[in-house]
Amino acid sequence: MRQFAELIKTLDSTNKTTLKVEALTKYFNNAPDRDKVWTIAILSHRRPPRPVNTTLMRLWASEIANIPLWLFEESYHIVGDLAETIALVIPPSSASSEKSLNQFLQEIIDLKPKSDEEKKEYLKDNWLSLNYYERFVFTKLITGSFRIGVSQKLMTRALSKATYIDEDILAYKMMGDWNPAKTTYTKLILEENEEDFLSKPYPFYLAYAIEEEPKDLGDVSEWSAEHKWDGIRSQVIVRNDELFVWSRGEELVTDKYPEFEKFVGVVPNGTVIDGEILPFPEGEIGTFKDLQTRIGRKTVSKNLLKKTPVILKAYDVLEWEGEDIRQQAFKDRRTILEKLYTEVKSDELPLHLSHTIQFKNWEEAAEERERSREVKSEGLMLKRLDSPYLVGRKKGDWWKWKVDPLTIDAVLTYAMRGHGRRSNLFTDYTFGLWDEKKEELVTFAKAYSGLTDAEFRKLDAWIKKNTLERFGPVRSVTPHHVFEVAFEGIAESKRHKSGVATRFPRILRWRTDKKIEEANTLEDLKALIP
Amino acid sequence: MKNTPLLAFNDIGIYCAQADVYLDPWRPVDKAIISHGHADHSRWGHKKYITHHSNIPIIKHRLGEINVSGKDWNETFSINNVKFSFHPAGHIIGSAQIRVEYKGEVWVFTGDYKTEDDGVAKPYEPVKCHTFITECTFGLPAFKWQPQEEVFAEINNWWQQNQSEGRTSVIFGYSLGKAQRLLKYLDTSIGKIYTHGAIENMTEVLRPQLEMPETTRITRDVKKEEIKGNIVVAPPSAHGTPWIKKMVPYVTASASGWMTFRGARRRRAIDRGFVLSDHCDWQGLLSSIKETGAEKVICTHGYTDIFSKYLREIGYDARTEQTQYEEENAEQTSKTEDE
Repeated sequence: MRQFAELIKTLDSTNKTTLKVEALTKYFNNAPDRDKVWTIAILSHRRPPRPVNTTLMRLWASEIANIPLWLFEESYHIVGDLAETIALVIPPSSASSEKSLNQFLQEIIDLKPKSDEEKKEYLKDNWLSLNYYERFVFTKLITGSFRIGVSQKLMTRALSKATYIDEDILAYKMMGDWNPAKTTYTKLILEENEEDFLSKPYPFYLAYAIEEEPKDLGDVSEWSAEHKWDGIRSQVIVRNDELFVWSRGEELVTDKYPEFEKFVGVVPNGTVIDGEILPFPEGEIGTFKDLQTRIGRKTVSKNLLKKTPVILKAYDVLEWEGEDIRQQAFKDRRTILEKLYTEVKSDELPLHLSHTIQFKNWEEAAEERERSREVKSEGLMLKRLDSPYLVGRKKGDWWKWKVDPLTIDAVLTYAMRGHGRRSNLFTDYTFGLWDEKKEELVTFAKAYSGLTDAEFRKLDAWIKKNTLERFGPVRSVTPHHVFEVAFEGIAESKRHKSGVATRFPRILRWRTDKKIEEANTLEDLKALIP
Repeated sequence: MKNTPLLAFNDIGIYCAQADVYLDPWRPVDKAIISHGHADHSRWGHKKYITHHSNIPIIKHRLGEINVSGKDWNETFSINNVKFSFHPAGHIIGSAQIRVEYKGEVWVFTGDYKTEDDGVAKPYEPVKCHTFITECTFGLPAFKWQPQEEVFAEINNWWQQNQSEGRTSVIFGYSLGKAQRLLKYLDTSIGKIYTHGAIENMTEVLRPQLEMPETTRITRDVKKEEIKGNIVVAPPSAHGTPWIKKMVPYVTASASGWMTFRGARRRRAIDRGFVLSDHCDWQGLLSSIKETGAEKVICTHGYTDIFSKYLREIGYDARTEQTQYEEENAEQTSKTEDE
């Protein structure tokens, strides 16, 4: 544990990527293999199921720290991270543990079925006998994911330096559903083992948003465009008469979308399709809200399947006849995809093609983009015709060119402290719009992003001085500031007090030039509903 | 006059009606008794200032010529039968608690204070009183300071490590208080100490009163190469400005109680955080309140609501009063950095 806690401390003590990679490489060169597997798992957001619920942990921590629970809760709201709060309030210790990371995780896994008394005893022993960093890391292993400014990409880079294995190959090996308690470092990283690859998806290639004018991308004839669909980015794999559906978050979601079982036996074995899962109620593309009824469900009722079926809007093929064809040009991969589509398409099969468009000039492209909302897309995707399928988010060959968001001017009404990097700072905001009589502000959206760090600090200081009431971590503030809030979509909603649900609301601009009387009304917002 | 409290809070400051004076007022008044030299406690525009004499050079450096009289520790002076005296607060050099006594009733106003003896400020002395007006900047159980020897050992190790990697160390701390505390304990056998202008100016003012190592002001004439591997002490406001480019390649650190929070450091994009504060930690607040023997406690700035609620739970008659002492916050905005 000491070694892992030291690693976390070192990663925590620098803002520089090179130093982080150095520290990780050193760790991968020196740590025991079992610990390395766990480290890879933790930094790629795979952790054992939480063995203790956090309500109990908060209660026990406050008891051991000898403070009332409400004071622990207040501290937690301010610190913004449960493991950090626990590590801070419990009396300090300077001891260090000889146990390995692997031993700790094994104990944490074994803890789950035990009684509350045993769990409490176990946590108490460790909390009181570990120094600050080890205590923090230990608690973090139990409560949740590590947000320490180390991306999976950065970890992969370090692992590549330590093993001399190519980063893209490592990224592929780390994909999918492997169990850190069962696999070994040799099996996961070092060995080449075809069998294990049966279910594995490829790392997704992600596009950057276009920054300048598309004409800066060069000759329009080198580019293919298609609409950007608003669903779940997925890979659908058919190998050995088995189906695997992966979401972009590397979650295996095969069971959630039984519709795709129809692919087996129709789509040839050794095929991996990249596309978007879209809701398709009543024979046309639905809204993201329709899809949300499916996302949360592990098992899907017949009723729901009938009401909100899904389809795959396919736009790329990554594996064909068992061969990884990602290095082939996009246009060649598309030829394969289109041929496949023509051969297998039927009304029964939930496979649709995302049609490509080629433009004569960028003006034509811009006109097509304006039509996006009509066809229920978010804008255009631009892909270079001769580009390979890359790993991760890389600039150059794929660009997303979204339609401008819908916007409305709203008043800041409530604020809540943020978490992680934003802990102790009021950065989570609630916005209101005027009612009919322009007397009351009705809450319509919450937003967490869109301001610069300097703006957050300025607003935070203002909020602290202009608090009206406190409700635990939430404060109501004097209506004073107007913000231009942007969102991607809008629909009626019975669950919201405003009667309206917006998709991905965020702050576009701080309208310091506007008074609250000039903010929009709920009526204005409803007028945007298509 | 019977029900008038000895000290009352109004929109100008902490007012003693019997003596017609203010303690650390935030608006201009005729007569002000000042706890210490930080800008939110010793403000501009009073006709007369009364303070501990070691604060006078600091306040004059900040505000220019003022009408001020200096007092000694424990020296009692009376205004209309109210007895006032200054007692060490241990916050920064010259920082004082203000004791106020009238007809046997004693109130103490802490200004800012800390219980640890930092070897720079005269150490905090508990003063018996009936009503204790306390700051609670770090009034949460999450705040626990290590002894400063341990923190300075870490800081010097960090400097040495950076030097061995060919990097310059840049450490941020307020120009009045934290900077001198850092200067005093930096290990000059490792290398030279360079300072930002704001820090050098304040340090020059304090040199007659404090023993401090030699420092070099970073001016245009100082070459980039000569700074390399050494340590630079700068105010928090210098972070992220073009000034710092001269230090490339550098590593940054901040020395503050706020560095307790990992988020506060990451947000400011500082590499290393050292938890080093000139305020009381949680236990420091609780123990000093106990030592005063006070039954009534008034919390002025910091986590006032939470802290006073806790005090009520453990049996004190505690409340919060609004003041305009800058809530020193995790963002370390311009507390003492006068323009």
